[in-house]
Amino acid sequence: MDKSYYNPRDLKKFGAISEWSEELGNKFFDYYGKVFEEGALTPREKSLIALAVAHTEQCPYCIDAYTQDGLQRGITKEEMMEALHVGAAIKSGATLVHGVQMMNKVNKLEM
Amino acid sequence: MATKSLQKRESELANSNRQLEILSNGIFQNGELSTFANKIKETNQFPLRPKKIEILQINLGYMCNQVCSHCHVDAGPDRKEIMTRKTMQQCLDVIANTGAHTLDLTGGAPEMNPLFRWFVEEASKVGVKDFIVRSNLTIIRANKKYHDLPEFFKKHNVHVVSSMPHWTRGKTDKQRGDGVFDKSIKALQELNAVGYGIPGSSLRLDLVYNPSGAFLPGDQVAMEKDFKKALMDEFGIQFHNLFAITNLPISRFLDYLIASENYEDYMYSLVEAFNPSAVANVMCTNTISVSWDGWLYDCDFNQMLDLKVASKVKHISEYNEEALQNRNIIISQHCYGCTAGAGSSCQGTVA
Repeated sequence: MDKSYYNPRDLKKFGAISEWSEELGNKFFDYYGKVFEEGALTPREKSLIALAVAHTEQCPYCIDAYTQDGLQRGITKEEMMEALHVGAAIKSGATLVHGVQMMNKVNKLEM
Repeated sequence: MATKSLQKRESELANSNRQLEILSNGIFQNGELSTFANKIKETNQFPLRPKKIEILQINLGYMCNQVCSHCHVDAGPDRKEIMTRKTMQQCLDVIANTGAHTLDLTGGAPEMNPLFRWFVEEASKVGVKDFIVRSNLTIIRANKKYHDLPEFFKKHNVHVVSSMPHWTRGKTDKQRGDGVFDKSIKALQELNAVGYGIPGSSLRLDLVYNPSGAFLPGDQVAMEKDFKKALMDEFGIQFHNLFAITNLPISRFLDYLIASENYEDYMYSLVEAFNPSAVANVMCTNTISVSWDGWLYDCDFNQMLDLKVASKVKHISEYNEEALQNRNIIISQHCYGCTAGAGSSCQGTVA
């Protein structure tokens, strides 16, 4: 076994997942490709969403891929960081909004 | 950012043989990656042969007012190699008789050659179909004597192709030097003012985008759309087309790749993005590059690596189109830069 769970070179082997399940792998990559095509959103906007989600998912492969993708599309580092803050705000918001659940429970249990 | 050329700094990378060695060692020597020759053998495109010569690209000298960090020419104010009148006259004799429809003047900053205007005036008399000058834009603002260049270009119906790595100040200045963005914007506005770049205008103004780092250019059409919107919204600037050009791993860009430890990853991305249909249209198949001292090359990159054409005709003084068309194009691993993705040439994508 490798000494690290993550190896940057593994990202290039992503396509190999189809080898052990061709039909599902192909369906996934077709879907993935279709999602990032120009639609109501531009590929540039989709790239920024992907970058933000890559961080909230804390996926090093995706961070590597979508930072590179953003640079290739001329996305600036200010735009990238702003996108990350959107992801971070939703993450922290999602944590904090559960505070209402905590408060409900405390209010119910406390005399 | 460095303000001197590799040559002035006496860097080992100023030596073209050293660059070729680096490009053939390591990952290409140990078989981790295919050499370019082996790669195009797989697709039956070896040896690479020229088609009809359509473009004469003449380098008027390596002198430049900028020292861009990615420059494959290693140009700068400290480079003194510029074309003489004698060599220019030899070029004019060829231009008068060539079947090529495009004349493409480059540098350095070609405008810094004191004989630039004379050469343009003489060359324009021949009536080539497309007469390009590659201008770095800031030269127009660099000194009073260049301020009338937009008018001069207009007078001779020159097609202006200018570098602009990004529509933001930060990315542009990081690659090309402090203050370059503001001067470039001003120069573009001046070109627009005399009629360049306006939709429908015959005064052509195209921009060249090349990535400001160790990554490949994005989709040319999408980038053009973004550039047009940003330059119009913020500065009221118009231009015709955007050419997305890949940085080739030679000279100062190679120096940057090695120093930033991006060399291997960058070569991997180029090789992985190899596109055989780009090979069919790479610019060396329709271009001859002429150096400031009159030597002939397959392209401007081979010129910088001092790989002269593999033909008995090697100098502009003995130019012979038929002999030149019957040659093999010299290749090395830097050629992957022109065949990655949608391909890359001085005219943008090729696939």
